[in-house]
Amino acid sequence: MQPTFSSSRILLPVRPWFIIFSLFAALLLNFLPTAHWPGVPDWVALVLCFWSIREPRRVGMGWAFALGLAMDVADGAVLGQHCFAYVLLAYATAAQARRILWFPLAQQALQILPMLLGCQLIQLLMRMLTGAEFPGWGYLTGPLIATLLWIPVTFLLLLPQYQPVERDENRPL
Amino acid sequence: MAGTDHAPPPFFKRGPAPLALLTFYIAISLALFVVDLRLRSIDLLRQSIALVTDPMQRAAQTPGSLVDHAGGYLRGLHNLLDENARLKQAQLQLAPNLLRLEHLEGENERLRKLLAVTEREKANGAVARIMYTARDPFSRRIIIDKGQQSGIVAGQPAIDEAGVVGQVTRVFPFSAEVTLITDKDQVVPIQVVRSGQRSVVFGLGSGQLELRYIPANADIKEGDLLVTSGLDGVYLPGFPVARVVSIERENSYAFARIRCVPVAAVENFGEVLVLSPRQPQPPAPPESPGRTGNTGAPSKAAAK
Repeated sequence: MQPTFSSSRILLPVRPWFIIFSLFAALLLNFLPTAHWPGVPDWVALVLCFWSIREPRRVGMGWAFALGLAMDVADGAVLGQHCFAYVLLAYATAAQARRILWFPLAQQALQILPMLLGCQLIQLLMRMLTGAEFPGWGYLTGPLIATLLWIPVTFLLLLPQYQPVERDENRPL
Repeated sequence: MAGTDHAPPPFFKRGPAPLALLTFYIAISLALFVVDLRLRSIDLLRQSIALVTDPMQRAAQTPGSLVDHAGGYLRGLHNLLDENARLKQAQLQLAPNLLRLEHLEGENERLRKLLAVTEREKANGAVARIMYTARDPFSRRIIIDKGQQSGIVAGQPAIDEAGVVGQVTRVFPFSAEVTLITDKDQVVPIQVVRSGQRSVVFGLGSGQLELRYIPANADIKEGDLLVTSGLDGVYLPGFPVARVVSIERENSYAFARIRCVPVAAVENFGEVLVLSPRQPQPPAPPESPGRTGNTGAPSKAAAK
């Protein structure tokens, strides 16, 4: 748990099972048939990005690699395509984690955008270089929507860590 | 990078340095990518991972199919009755043809025996339901609900009631992946019905097909039907594949640009028939076998 500049609220420590649960939930969301619609974000990338910023010691490149492998198989993509992109994403976010958390949420979202976009662009480049067809510009709109979702996702994933607001007159904190 | 430049004191255990981990994982990913793309030899790894992801995918598909089922339930009895009546009528209309088809096939077989030509292969297979289209936006594939458990093997062609849909490319324990004929550079050997000219048709990736390497002065018109030629040992001859929609003849190219659209409802959900694999054909004789499509006869004669 790390302090943020914008919020002085003290968070409870994160529960490891909740991290695992949220990552699997993201995987399930990715498997939904909605994934073909343009603008549907890559939920795994978004949640991975979140935890790798909040808890870089717990969620790192190992998780990114495993999730990438699952995504590759489920997608019918070339093995290693998502792994490569997610591992790079986890590395970039973990490296920037301490800096990003000092910004308010809206500005955090702006810094997430290039990373998610890069994650998508890397996959696009890998496949185009090996002779796949161009899937259309809708493929790149996912990260834009994911950026807009950064604030609600942060709220949702931090919900179990918020503690009830209790005002104690004797111990003002 | 901001987080990596200060090394931790040795008494805090933090595992390998991030850069080392990154190099390790990236090396593995790239190795997997190259091996999967070029050698296609790690299907066992893919199948074992699919054992974990497949139940999750099926679970994720349930809300959608539940909505479909509910919709079908609410649409009610009337539609079903209508459809039933229509199907009965259609069956009745087709009955004379079908009855005569059996008669004709029998006759054909007898005549072929008389001519000492090998018998035509019969088309049979297994009906499979399309579960969903593969999520990979770079290719056009569908997943069907039959796999190794039902004896599906890679290479089997899939057809629907109108024509060829695609070919099984990967097989998982309980599902299989069919690459559609519209996938980029998916090839189907065809024959033009009207002129009898043989060629191959390539998928374009845009939902269309292209007939390549046809000379600009070849006898081909818009509306021509292309059927499988059966020369490849994969597709049985005579299944409709595509119809020619546009022909551009330019003086600067030796070949005409011929666009076709698939005859089958290739990109729609429904059911497909996975045809059982063809019997391996005997090797081609050293001389050119002439224009008959039956490669069996000459080699048999040579054996005698």
